[in-house]
Amino acid sequence: MLYRENGQFKTSYSADQQLLPIAQDRWLMIALVASSFIAVPLVASDYTLRALIIPFLILAIAAIGLNILVGYCGQISLGSAGLMGVGAYVAFNLTLRVPQLNFLLVLLLSGAGAALVGIAFGTPSLRIKGLYLAVATLAAQFFLDWAFVRVRWFTADSPSGSVSTNPIELLGWTLDRPVDKYLLVLGLVCLLTLAAKNLTRSHIGRAWMATRDMDVAAEIIGVRPLTAKLTAFAVSSFYAGVAGALWGFVHLGSWEPAAFGLVMSLNVLFMIIIGGLGSIIGSFFGAAFIVVLPVLLNRLPAAVGIDLSTAMRSHLESMIFGGLIVLFLAIEPLGLARLWAIGKQKLRVWPFPH
Amino acid sequence: MKATTPYWMVWMATACAAGLATVVAAEDATTAKEQFIPLLVYRTGPYAPNGTPWANGKLDYLKLINARDGGVNGVKLTYEECETEYKTDRGVECYERLKGKGPTGAALFDPQSTGITFALTERAPVDKIPLITVGYGRSESQDGDVFMWNFPLLGTYWTASDVLMQHIAKKEGGFDKLKGKKIALVFHDSPFGREPIPMLEEGARTRGFELIKIPVTPPGVEQKSVWLQVRQQHPDYVFLWGWGVMNSTALKEAQATAFPRDHMLGVWWSGAEPDVKDVGEGAKGYSALTIQYGAGLSKVHQDIFKYVHDKGQGTGPREEVGTVLYNRGMLIQMLSVEAIRRAQERFGKGKPMTGEQVRWALENLNLDQKRLDALGFGEMLKPVRTSCVDHVGASYARIQTWDGRQWVAGELYEANQQIITPMARSAAEAYAASKKITPRTPQDCRA
Repeated sequence: MLYRENGQFKTSYSADQQLLPIAQDRWLMIALVASSFIAVPLVASDYTLRALIIPFLILAIAAIGLNILVGYCGQISLGSAGLMGVGAYVAFNLTLRVPQLNFLLVLLLSGAGAALVGIAFGTPSLRIKGLYLAVATLAAQFFLDWAFVRVRWFTADSPSGSVSTNPIELLGWTLDRPVDKYLLVLGLVCLLTLAAKNLTRSHIGRAWMATRDMDVAAEIIGVRPLTAKLTAFAVSSFYAGVAGALWGFVHLGSWEPAAFGLVMSLNVLFMIIIGGLGSIIGSFFGAAFIVVLPVLLNRLPAAVGIDLSTAMRSHLESMIFGGLIVLFLAIEPLGLARLWAIGKQKLRVWPFPH
Repeated sequence: MKATTPYWMVWMATACAAGLATVVAAEDATTAKEQFIPLLVYRTGPYAPNGTPWANGKLDYLKLINARDGGVNGVKLTYEECETEYKTDRGVECYERLKGKGPTGAALFDPQSTGITFALTERAPVDKIPLITVGYGRSESQDGDVFMWNFPLLGTYWTASDVLMQHIAKKEGGFDKLKGKKIALVFHDSPFGREPIPMLEEGARTRGFELIKIPVTPPGVEQKSVWLQVRQQHPDYVFLWGWGVMNSTALKEAQATAFPRDHMLGVWWSGAEPDVKDVGEGAKGYSALTIQYGAGLSKVHQDIFKYVHDKGQGTGPREEVGTVLYNRGMLIQMLSVEAIRRAQERFGKGKPMTGEQVRWALENLNLDQKRLDALGFGEMLKPVRTSCVDHVGASYARIQTWDGRQWVAGELYEANQQIITPMARSAAEAYAASKKITPRTPQDCRA
């Protein structure tokens, strides 16, 4: 009824090819972005911003990055947390050693640093595929973990291996309130999402998808596997690097190398599998699922007035969370993004079944 | 795709949204005469066997104060636990969740984890809530001029390292006998385990022993290669810096590789009942530090039984009362409650205190023997006196030895502050420089 595109005629190619061809989608997106920038800072409490929304947004960037590699280009990676770590440590060392650098430039450079490392660890993908590549990237994860703990230069000789950051300053704007941090992260999320969405629609994105669907066929129709795979690794690692720098500087403020361990890699991978492989919006769904849901589950018994012991609440959280993962994957192996698409399709044809 | 799927999907989404709304809308009702104490705990995960008695000791002591004294000068102590699973990110979430509760916000935080302490050290000054880290946390934070909001009361990892070195020097017959000895540090590979390294390296340099550092990947259930290294290197002593399952695993591996247990010494987080119970006879002769008092019942425990456990209010099993970590939890909570009492003396009796006021009190804590006796802690603790510069208050540690069935208390040592204070000072100054903090001067302190 509401969601129907009758009467919306496309009279030019650009109108037909735009990001959101349906007017309702466009309005919804504008409303969403506007409310994120204006309403959320007014309404959300410090707790909601710092403990839920900021980590969700940052990990959504990481998930988009990994989705480009795994979902669009079909190269499995278990090393995303290691690359986030590269970004975080590049940013840490840059702010420590070149304090006059603008933080946005620092972010850009930490992304670039992670991209270089990502390309280096991505080269095996030219020879190996599938599970074997997963193992090779796992090795990268372990190597990076080891490097952050053992190479003292990365942590500026911190005896405990833990590093801490100073408040971020941007052209005289000190980001010390949660709202400031939120706005910075939100701005970056919007930019990076738009860039990722457009990349996947460009010839580079099509090369990635061709490689994913059948690499031999892609090569025959003229896609160079070297450039396709390595650009995917580079772009994906860039996103991971930026996310890592933000995770360290904006979310944690002080971190130990374990913050970028294998568990984080797996979490990001779960995000895109649950959210939907090869879908940008799925990365957001997945990040919300993994970051926000456990916390809400933990708080739910107290909020509805059920008095449970702390241990019981924690066990219930793990049980329900695990159950939901299985449930969602059983209902729709293609992820939450696919459920979203089905929902939209149903709305379009409502009240008719098809 | 079948056409029927979305209906219950919509239903489920609605349920989720409703749940979310409830969680967000849940506001805690606050009344004036209450002091909120947040409890970051871990009762699940690999560290639960050690985290649970600690958390129970903390909680039982709060229940005791409310039941016996009706709170602190009539201000009832309220509390809420939040499960961190010993994970830094969950700890930060818990901190954010609890910091604003109660009429005056959280009085202070005891994060129960060095990793979480590192993360919160950056946030506490902004939120103006003190952190007390009894026997853990950042070692250099004993310097109150730089670390205004951190209170590693009763000892840090540097005092622990110093006491361990003193103990083996005594066993060997003097510090000069340490020359040429080999000491292996088997440590939890995290900020917690790496904290003692600067102090032990300093010791190795000045006393002439060789320090072998062997990291154990957390949580430390797999240590075969670690103990193979120990066997190859043949150290004279092993210092065990573990937590949770890592400790019992290390003792089992030591037994398997026949490393003499009486040459193994643990930090105070490696010397509780859960660490040795499963190993039993195999851990016989193993010694560990304890923060002044180990296992056993003292005067305060009679009140715990009378006002808490006999009323059916005990948090854990009755047998747990008097175990090492339970006692330490109680001790930590006593220090927190006394800080609140001290704050009330200065800022108004019978009123809830803010984090800033409690911070002042932690810095001006003065528990003499008379006061400790009155509290029932007379046998458990030496007098504690803090100041602006000294955020530790007392740095004693006792050696205790496992005899196969129980911990037997041994000698009490005092850490050599002449070594530790300058080291903490220079580390704190480096921190201050990187953070652009101006250390407080004695004038600022009196304010």
